[in-house]
Amino acid sequence: MREPVTGDEVALEPPSPGGNAVLFLLRLLSALLIPVVGFTVMWAAFDFLRDENANRILIVVIAIVVGVGGVLFLYWAMNRAVDALPARFREGVRPYVFVGPALVILGVFLVYPVISTILTAFKDAQGENFVGLDNFRFVFTDPNMLTAIRNTFGWIILVTIFAVGIGLAFATLADRLHRGEAFAKSMIFLPLAISFAGASITWQLIYSFRPEGFGTNIGLLNGIMIGLGQNPVAWLGLEPWNNLLLMVIMVWMQTGFAMVVLSAAIKAIPDEIIEAARIDGASEMQVFRKVIVPSILPTIAVVTTYMVINAMKVFDIVFVQPANAEANGTVVIAERMIRWFFLNGNDGRGAAIAIILFVAVIPVMIWNVRRFREQEEER
Amino acid sequence: MSVIEEPLPETDVKKSAAPSTKGADDVRTGGWVVRITIAVIVILWLIPTVGVLVTSFRPEALVDSTGWWTALAHPFRAAEWTVENYRLALNEGFGNAFLNSLAVTIPSTVIPITIAAFAAYAFSWMHFKGRDVLFIVVVALLVVPLQMAIIPILRLYNEGATVGRLIVFPKLDLVGTFLGVWIAHTGFGLPLAIYLLRNFIGALPSSIIESARIDGADHFTIFWRLVVPLSVPALAAFAIFQFLWVWNDLLVAYVFLGGTDETSVLTVALRNLVGARGENWHLLTAAAFISMALPLIVFFALQKYFVRGLTAGAVKG
Repeated sequence: MREPVTGDEVALEPPSPGGNAVLFLLRLLSALLIPVVGFTVMWAAFDFLRDENANRILIVVIAIVVGVGGVLFLYWAMNRAVDALPARFREGVRPYVFVGPALVILGVFLVYPVISTILTAFKDAQGENFVGLDNFRFVFTDPNMLTAIRNTFGWIILVTIFAVGIGLAFATLADRLHRGEAFAKSMIFLPLAISFAGASITWQLIYSFRPEGFGTNIGLLNGIMIGLGQNPVAWLGLEPWNNLLLMVIMVWMQTGFAMVVLSAAIKAIPDEIIEAARIDGASEMQVFRKVIVPSILPTIAVVTTYMVINAMKVFDIVFVQPANAEANGTVVIAERMIRWFFLNGNDGRGAAIAIILFVAVIPVMIWNVRRFREQEEER
Repeated sequence: MSVIEEPLPETDVKKSAAPSTKGADDVRTGGWVVRITIAVIVILWLIPTVGVLVTSFRPEALVDSTGWWTALAHPFRAAEWTVENYRLALNEGFGNAFLNSLAVTIPSTVIPITIAAFAAYAFSWMHFKGRDVLFIVVVALLVVPLQMAIIPILRLYNEGATVGRLIVFPKLDLVGTFLGVWIAHTGFGLPLAIYLLRNFIGALPSSIIESARIDGADHFTIFWRLVVPLSVPALAAFAIFQFLWVWNDLLVAYVFLGGTDETSVLTVALRNLVGARGENWHLLTAAAFISMALPLIVFFALQKYFVRGLTAGAVKG
């Protein structure tokens, strides 16, 4: 990347030790002021609205005005305030006005929780007394937890492979259509607009099972089974295949994202490169493997990371199934965490389960940071 | 389908120009092999959605006694179709849930974009101590599981936080308020927003920024007059993404707003409906379609931005 020329550094005098402390305080202040003031104003405004039991439309309108106008105004006002500072502090403080609010919010909503969860994982059900490794002993001995770890591993591998694989194949093929490419891609993208909760209902129309005497089977799969002269099957009770059937739901939902992003990357490959390969006698398969895939490798990495993280966090699909996840062996880690923390009221165990997710995500994080550094070096 | 396999080894052998056999030509130019493959995948992908659409317009008695696909056999028989389900579902409190969803989603989309755009500009075009380290931290936070953040944030909302005697975060009873959900979604959405927007804003031509600086424009002016207008595709792309995310979110809404009728959003209402009326397919499908209607409209309206914006971010890296 080009180093942006801003000229800030030239204007900056070497600050004295005392000046350093002042500079630090000013930076801290400028980072904190926007989130704190913004939050306080909204809190006061909506506390008032809550008392009045105001209607939702009014809340939406005020929220948009405050959210856009108010936040922008705060940045503008802070920027003006920095202009009023002595010249030697000015450009040293300004970047923190821009980046500070984001860092403060990230600190509260992501960094602090990570630290707090790590501590809670070593505490008892009420999150008060330290119990050492007890919660982790539970995590690695409880049969349902072990099933959940196994299942989540399956989700990560299979959902990622199929969502990225089908997405890549579809993007490559759709690229060659003369007409209807946008339409075809929209149809694959469509499930992304459906919530996980909605998707589960949608798929019950496919998987539903009713035993004999409890009415007609109105699920499509059993409709097909009956049409073929077979007995209907309780698909979601069919261990371990029921896990695969639930994964299909996620693949169905997420392939659209992979496809759209990969398609965009494929479109950015210059035509000349592909044509040159063809003139050299490469088959379509070779063009795909030797030209297209290497060109879009960074994008494939981004999409794969996204899928792995999403599969790791899967909770809704399992949680909203009417079938009992424990009895059917379809439990997953995130679903266990929610159940232990919110339904069984055990803070320590819930937090310990969350730690599993966090540790599992570390290799992905290392891989991404390394990739990011390599990219920076190549620039 | 054997045509697909046939020509490939054949062209592998050929080292000369003129590579075209009939099959390879077909794949390259989007002939019938490609078209049929695409059509098969599209149809497979559409089956569940069509099932919901059809079921949502069928009378309760029929939904419960025959498979939804049987309705497709006689699409013009008036007795097979009804809009009653939508009327009932809207009476079930879904109208209120729809408004709640709007009240949650719009600010939760707009606020993070504003904050992330400023941060992305600073990460791209301003110099400050620790810039690269801080950016790597932001990327790393991308992978913190949301579930992990829920518990401590809930406690923060309920009890506040103190370091010694110093109140760092006051006890504000934010659970059950829209504000609590907005800032939570803002926090959770920021890493991806900053990451995507920085990719885009950092790839803007430096000549534009430099000449603006030579003309005496300060950072704020450059950001507001130059960078924001140039970044509209990327901003729109992230807006759709965050909108879809928040609108479809169950977890954050369920935990921070609660499952009561007054505050529940569409996804929560849908979940309550599944719990309360496990087998009432006609209502469930109508409700599911109500909840997916708005995201679909947003997606189709802004689709061109979405594709173009992501291209710019994804490819330049």
